[in-house]
Amino acid sequence: MTASDKTLIRGARVLGGEPQDVLLAEGTIQEVGRGVQAPGAQVVEAEGAVLLPGLVDLHTHLREPGREDSETVLTGTRAAARGGYTAVHAMANTFPVADTAGVVEQVWRLGKEYGYCDVRPVGAVTVGLEGKQLAELGAMHESAAGVRVFSDDGKCVDDAVIMRRALEYVKAFDGVVAQHAQEPRLTEGAQMNEGVVSAELGLAGWPAVAEESIIARDVLLAAHVGSRVHICHLSTAGSVELVRWAKSKGWNVTAEVTPHHLLLTDELVRSYDPVYKVNPPLRTEADVMALREALADGTIDCVATDHAPHPHEDKDCEWGAAAMGMVGLETALSVVQHTMVDTGLLDWSQVADRMAHRPAEIGRLAGHGRPVAPGEPANLVLLDPAYRGQVDPAGFASRSGNTPYKGRELPGRVSHTWLRGRATVVDGNLQ
Amino acid sequence: MKRHLISAADLTRDDAVLILDTAEEMARIADRPIKKLPTLRGRTIVNLFFEDSTRTRISFEAAAKRLSADVINFSAKGSSVSKGESLKDTALTLEAMGADAVVIRHGDSGAPHRLATSGWIGGSVVNAGDGTHEHPTQALLDAFTLRRRLVGQEGADLAGKRVTVVGDILHSRVARSDVRLLSTLGAHVTLVAPPTLVPYGVESWPCEVSYDLDAVLDTSDAVMMLRVQRERMNAAFFPTEREYARRYGLDGERMARMPEHAVVMHPGPMNRGMEITAQVADSPRCTAVEQVTNGVSIRMAVMYLLLGGSSPSGPSPSTTQEPGMQHRAGSSEENN
Repeated sequence: MTASDKTLIRGARVLGGEPQDVLLAEGTIQEVGRGVQAPGAQVVEAEGAVLLPGLVDLHTHLREPGREDSETVLTGTRAAARGGYTAVHAMANTFPVADTAGVVEQVWRLGKEYGYCDVRPVGAVTVGLEGKQLAELGAMHESAAGVRVFSDDGKCVDDAVIMRRALEYVKAFDGVVAQHAQEPRLTEGAQMNEGVVSAELGLAGWPAVAEESIIARDVLLAAHVGSRVHICHLSTAGSVELVRWAKSKGWNVTAEVTPHHLLLTDELVRSYDPVYKVNPPLRTEADVMALREALADGTIDCVATDHAPHPHEDKDCEWGAAAMGMVGLETALSVVQHTMVDTGLLDWSQVADRMAHRPAEIGRLAGHGRPVAPGEPANLVLLDPAYRGQVDPAGFASRSGNTPYKGRELPGRVSHTWLRGRATVVDGNLQ
Repeated sequence: MKRHLISAADLTRDDAVLILDTAEEMARIADRPIKKLPTLRGRTIVNLFFEDSTRTRISFEAAAKRLSADVINFSAKGSSVSKGESLKDTALTLEAMGADAVVIRHGDSGAPHRLATSGWIGGSVVNAGDGTHEHPTQALLDAFTLRRRLVGQEGADLAGKRVTVVGDILHSRVARSDVRLLSTLGAHVTLVAPPTLVPYGVESWPCEVSYDLDAVLDTSDAVMMLRVQRERMNAAFFPTEREYARRYGLDGERMARMPEHAVVMHPGPMNRGMEITAQVADSPRCTAVEQVTNGVSIRMAVMYLLLGGSSPSGPSPSTTQEPGMQHRAGSSEENN
């Protein structure tokens, strides 16, 4: 199908509202209304389905270059399309690190060439993620990749002076530093959340204060220098309180939460199954509830997957030897429906806000997270919220299957994804 | 009893008492001129040690040999493990060799649990110490020693006995197993340590916590001293060895304040001058050497019950096969 072809989505609940018809042509939305006529258009019967803007992920590990055994730009963007995403931000912790214009341009070009999903590379804040010397942030911004989000994700920019300088420096081109908040000394050798379960299991603890102390410092730094800061994968109730406080001051602070921190707790670690090993770690029930509430009231701006593919052998081992991380692109929308929509905390228009509009705004990403309205780019996802099914990693488009939801029943299924009017997914199948 | 022994939490009170009673039977074997039973003849037990621990390994080895099992010692040092072979591949290799039980010592908490639940092997798994998680046979031999010294009656548990465990609780797998097992057996456990060496989250444990050793000495029926590594000082867990010994070490003066019947225990190896003085370590009240002897009996009982014995509801070894009788019947072949 070419972009000039017309597609008529018939009877879809736009943002979860009343059924409407939506006509796509030439990469944009042409008409939204009832009884739209479009002779010759390909018709998608969407009765009962929900139509949202294509999802935007601020936090994806595509692993290319360097770890193509776990994921590539191709397999990762195919997984993204399957999950309803039309844009992903590819994290910088590749080999080599995305700390130069050359690396970010390569990743960006690969995404463009494959055409499943727009790939916006995240640039490293410091050379080699070492936390010592600023990477060429301006050059990465000026490259074809147009980097606006910078992060040493996987590592914390723990030096306060380096963090301050980075926050200041990116103001010149309206960039944002996305901080992986983890005080390194407090988390040396950390294996799981520090609490009742870690005490019993004899696994070294990752205390909440190691995340919260960095967030407290960084929101103060951002306020001091008048920059914006984004906090990656908030995981504790205390972090929520700090972000809420910073926002109440009017400071330019945004935050994300992962789907797994909205659903899973450290009780799962009792199995010692490394599929539950992730950084930041799974926390307690009280943290999960605080994160849900914060996402509902807007304290947390958006959902980001922290999609972290790992080869089977890096999880098929003892806990201490296993890699941290879990895949998330193909289950994110289902987990959000399960934890936020089916519980009444968010409606579908708010899901569109938290999973498309806000992340696009934070990343200064044009053409995504837009309203479903005539004249807007036809980046859309159609999902069936009535679907119930068990998660089966064998069916993933991702090269890796390290999902914590294997065998778990989750609601919702992405049936179609359109990237600028071109269907990347039809009836759940990649095109 | 379950098929594996991973955690002291796997054991009910009755399971634990059965193991202690079975160990008493096994201990009687040790008093015979030929210390051997044919019970596990033809069975293969692998001692899979990823950490150096000569004491624990030879205890398991002696136990298995006294039950006539074939014993294979697999040490990580100098083996393919040190060349990057995974736990999974090691396990598959042992399975292919027909191991009936794997006794595993590993530096990672949870490794025995993974070995038992991942489907890599079909045999029984016995945890011989994993990371800072558990060391259940140590707790069983401690309970055995306590019962002999304080109760002196088979079939009994440790109801009402007050056991104080002193030292590096945070990094101790022995402490975790002792708290679970001794409380299951009805004992009151008090942990004593500087606050830095008490785990965050300890409030859910079935025990009390004190920072003051002197405050609990006169009500203790047993004081168990844990080894404290001198290197902990470098991570600021305590200021100096001297200060640690002064506040939490057991010396003759403190021992004199314990009730007359109370015993001093230590899982070994001891750091003389650190957590325990030579005077205490060498006194008749200290059970450290006795614990080593009891360890063999306990490990015999555990392997007997996991591999050859009955379930807790079934008949005990003394009724199914009188050890001495079996011994005599099989003695002509045993020493081949």
